[in-house]
Parts: sequence; C-alpha cells; structure tokens
Amino acid sequence: MIKKFFESLIEKAIFISGITAIAIVVLIFIFLLKESVYFFLNNNLAEILFGMDWYPISEPPKFGFLPLILGSVLVTVGAIVIAVPVGLAAAIYISEVAPGWFKEILKTGIELLAAIPSIVLGFVGIVVLAPFIRNLFNLPSGLTAFAGSIMLAFMAMPTIVSIIEDAINSVPKSYREGSLALGATHLQTIRRVILPAASSGIMAAVMLGIGRVIGETMAVLMVTGNAAIMPTSILQPVRTLTATIAAEMGEVIQGSMHYYALFGIGFVLFVITFFINLAADMFLHRKKS
Amino acid sequence: MKNAIEVKDLDFYYGKFKALSKVNIDVRRNEITALIGPSGCGKSTFLRCLNRMNDLIPGIKAEGSIKVEGVEINNGTTDLVDLRKKVGMVFQRPNPFPLSIFENVAFGPKIHRMAKGDELKDIVKSSLQKVLLWDEFKDKLNKNALSLTLEQQQRLCIARLVAVRPDILLMDEPCSALDPVAIQKIEDLMRFLKKDYTIIIVTHNMQQAARVSDRTGFFLLGELIEFSETDKIFTAPSDKRTEEYITGRYG
Ligand SMILES: Nc1ncnc2c1ncn2[C@@H]1O[C@H](COP(=O)(O)OP(=O)(O)O)[C@@H](O)[C@H]1O
Ligand SMILES: [Mg+2]
Repeated sequence: MIKKFFESLIEKAIFISGITAIAIVVLIFIFLLKESVYFFLNNNLAEILFGMDWYPISEPPKFGFLPLILGSVLVTVGAIVIAVPVGLAAAIYISEVAPGWFKEILKTGIELLAAIPSIVLGFVGIVVLAPFIRNLFNLPSGLTAFAGSIMLAFMAMPTIVSIIEDAINSVPKSYREGSLALGATHLQTIRRVILPAASSGIMAAVMLGIGRVIGETMAVLMVTGNAAIMPTSILQPVRTLTATIAAEMGEVIQGSMHYYALFGIGFVLFVITFFINLAADMFLHRKKS
Repeated sequence: MKNAIEVKDLDFYYGKFKALSKVNIDVRRNEITALIGPSGCGKSTFLRCLNRMNDLIPGIKAEGSIKVEGVEINNGTTDLVDLRKKVGMVFQRPNPFPLSIFENVAFGPKIHRMAKGDELKDIVKSSLQKVLLWDEFKDKLNKNALSLTLEQQQRLCIARLVAVRPDILLMDEPCSALDPVAIQKIEDLMRFLKKDYTIIIVTHNMQQAARVSDRTGFFLLGELIEFSETDKIFTAPSDKRTEEYITGRYG
C-alpha cells in the first residue's frame, strides 16, 4: 500500500520534472521571440541580414548582422576543418589500432579535455596561442579568427572523437571479417568498409561538433580580437554572434533598439543551432533504421 | 597433383584449449568436400585455418602442415593477402557490405588493383552471371545490397569472392540462415561452381552433405574421425562413431 503510494509519488515527480524542463525551454523561446520580433518588425530585414556594418551606438545606428554571421561562420568552419580530420584520425586510432591499455588512457584523456572550462582554454589561447600565431604569420596581433578556430577545435574534439568512435564500434564484426577474408588489409578494411558503414555516425559527429562550436562564447570572446568588421581572411580579427551578445549585453541600455538587436542576434543563433541539431538527429536516426 | 589442399597432423589451440588434434585430410581439386559433426567439434576452426582467419583471434596456435596448391601456408612467412585471394570464404550469415551491388562485387578487384573501368565492369558482370544474379539485377547495380533477400545476399557474397578469382571456396554453414527453397538454389549453385572451384562446405545438415558433396569428413571433439567418399560415409561408415552420428545418436 505504502509502496504503491511512493511509486505513484515518484512517477508524478518524474513527470513534473520532465514537463518543467520542456516548459522552461518553451518559455525561453517565447521570451527570445517576443524581444526579437520587436527588433525585426522595426527594422528592414534585408538591411539586418545583409547589412555589412555593425555600428549599434552610432547615430543613426546600423544593425548589419552580416559581419557577425560571417565571423561565426569563419571561426566555425575553421574549427571544423581542423577538428574533423584530427578527431577522425584519433577515433580510428583509438578504436582500431591502439592496444587495450593505451586505449583507456586515451579515452580518459579526451574526457579530461572535455572537462576543461572554456575560460581556461581561452586563457591559454591568449597567453600561448595568440603570440605563437602572431610570430608565425608575422601579424600585428595573434588574436584572430584562426586562433578562435584552433581553440574551438579543441572544444569540439571530445564530442567528435567519442561519437565517431561509437559509430566505428557499432559497425558489425561480420563486415570486417568479410573484407579481411577477401584479402583486404586492415587499412583497406577501415577505409573502404568500416568508415562508409559508419558514415552517418560520422556526419552526426560533425553536426554536433558544429553545434558545440557555434554556440561557444567565452573562448572566442577572448581570442578572436573582437572586431565587428567584414572578415576577408582567417588571419584577421573577427567578432562572432555569441561574442557580440556577451560583450555588449552588459552595457546596453535596457529597452533601446540596440538591446532588442542583441535579442535578434540570439534568435538567429537559435535558428542556426536548431537546424544543425536537427540535421545531426537525422543522421543519427538514419543510422539506426 | 590432384589435391588442392593437403593437411598433415594439424593441432590447433585457443590458448590452452585444444580445439583440433592430429587432423589429416587431402582435399581434391574440383570436388565438393563436406565437413559434418556435432556443433563445437571444430569444423569452423578447421575451415578458418585454411585461410588463416583464426589469426585475428589473440592467443591461438596452429601446429602442423597445411599446403594449398602445394605451398605451405601455416607459417610466419605466408602472405595472407595472397592466401585469402586464393582461398575465399562464405560465412554463415550473409555479410554483404552496406554498399551497392556493384561496389560489393567490385570490392575485391579494386583492393587488389586487378581492374578498373570497363574491365572492372566486365568482372562484375561475369561474377554476377556465375551466381545467376546478373539477369535480375543488371539494371539495378546501384541498389543497396542490404535490400536483397538473404538468399540473394548469400549469392552476392559468393559473387564477391568469385570476382577475385580464387581457386578454393570455403563455406561455413552457408545455408543456415536460408529457407528450404533458397537452400536448394544455393546447392544447385554449388554444383554449378564445382567445375571451376574446389569447394569445402561445413554443414550441420547431413542431408545437405549427402546431396551436394563428393567426399565427406566427420569431425568429433576436434578429431577427424573418418574421411571418404560421401556415398561410403552415409551407407557403410567404417567407424562406429560415424555410424552413430549419421543415424542420429548425437545432437
Ligand atoms: N574464439 C574462440 N576462443 C576460444 N574457444 C573457441 C573460440 N572459437 C571456438 N572455440 C571453441 O572451439 C571449439 C570448436 O569450435 P568451432 O570450430 O566453432 O566448432 P563448430 O564449427 O564445429 O561448431 C568449441 O569448443 C568452441 O567453444
Ligand atoms: Mg561452426
């Protein structure tokens, strides 16, 4: 009797927690929508999305998102171009080549990498990476999109490695046997059988990596130089969507158009991440069916 | 030389466990040799010695002589790529790669750099013809192999082997995932392939051994108890244990 009562109590508690989580997400979305709709309705949409100038406090202000969007895209693409090949190689090494004991060490190491707070990575970026890049390319400052890409590649790596490793491990053993029995070498088997069979998992890893990178704020704020200009090269300072919100939200006058513009940026960011997660989900789902 | 494979005094160990002991067998060319025996008696282990697939398992040891076409293959210097090109294997569950029909058959020729372009297409065609899949799928070569029926998948796996031009086909219970109609078709295929290949088939189905094979070997607890013409094994076995097995006294 009492047991039953407790069980129903626990059931209800779980139900309420679940509903609360969903309700909070919905509320955040509504809030974001409400604040940003005001901005989008009171400005020319084309001028926002394709405007090349972000001068929120000049007179008249200019709210062109394009340099910020391109800043985010540049840093993200750079990070993915670095993180995917390295992450793929690491995942292949861990699941296919490394001996058992070393495998565990590597996996732990990668989990530790995921545990480093992004502000610490950003700090290392400023102190070590930026001067290195400045000297390497002979630049006035090392705080560039490139520095951001490298930092973010480190942050995306654990996600990418562990999802690809999972995908490789779930390739049926019979494919491997079939390939080896045809006289294929281990490397040929990996390249021609295992990786294609794991491809949807690999795509999902890439998508989730992008999602992780594009939403990251602290480290990018610290190492990308924060200049809201149209980027022409990865060796220039840039300003990302996230960094703009983080840097300006503290000083903005509540209720001003600038304030609403920051919510507009938040909304754009939300839409981008939403579609990336959706794509990742589709890849993961395809793998199962 | 009439023999495709000659095995002398083969002992096999998984770690400390002895799975095969003193196996001696001569497999004749262009014949179908069946291996029967209760499950766990070492049939698969023996078969996997012939293309050295057991090498994938840590802690194994194989002692004795295995000659394939007169060449010793049970030693450290054997080139496994060459061996497995020559000695192909069909598995219990059809295991086509999750690629198109074409890519499955082209896999072997590609990795061994045997052909490309039109020549590759010809190999794919003739291989599929060999397993009687060509007419049905010649316009659907891009179809994913996993969408075929199990029987077609098993045929495709055989086509995939045929494409690398092996001399010997090892089949480990190739019909155990198939229904009776499909089994009959695969058996017909084996008879058809016999003129070009030496075939060794492991089966737990004695009727199948009796139907398709020229010679039959009976394994029990890691030993080859008896090996002779299939007719003789099933009508006048010389060992009491063989007789007990074929009359159904073991599982
Ligand atoms: N990978 C392995 N490690 C240890 N023992 C094994 C392994 N594979 C098979 N065995 C053992 O070797 C014996 C023969 O197995 P197997 O060759 O698969 O028999 P069969 O194919 O005749 O059913 C069995 O006792 C089995 O338990
Ligand atoms: Mg077996």
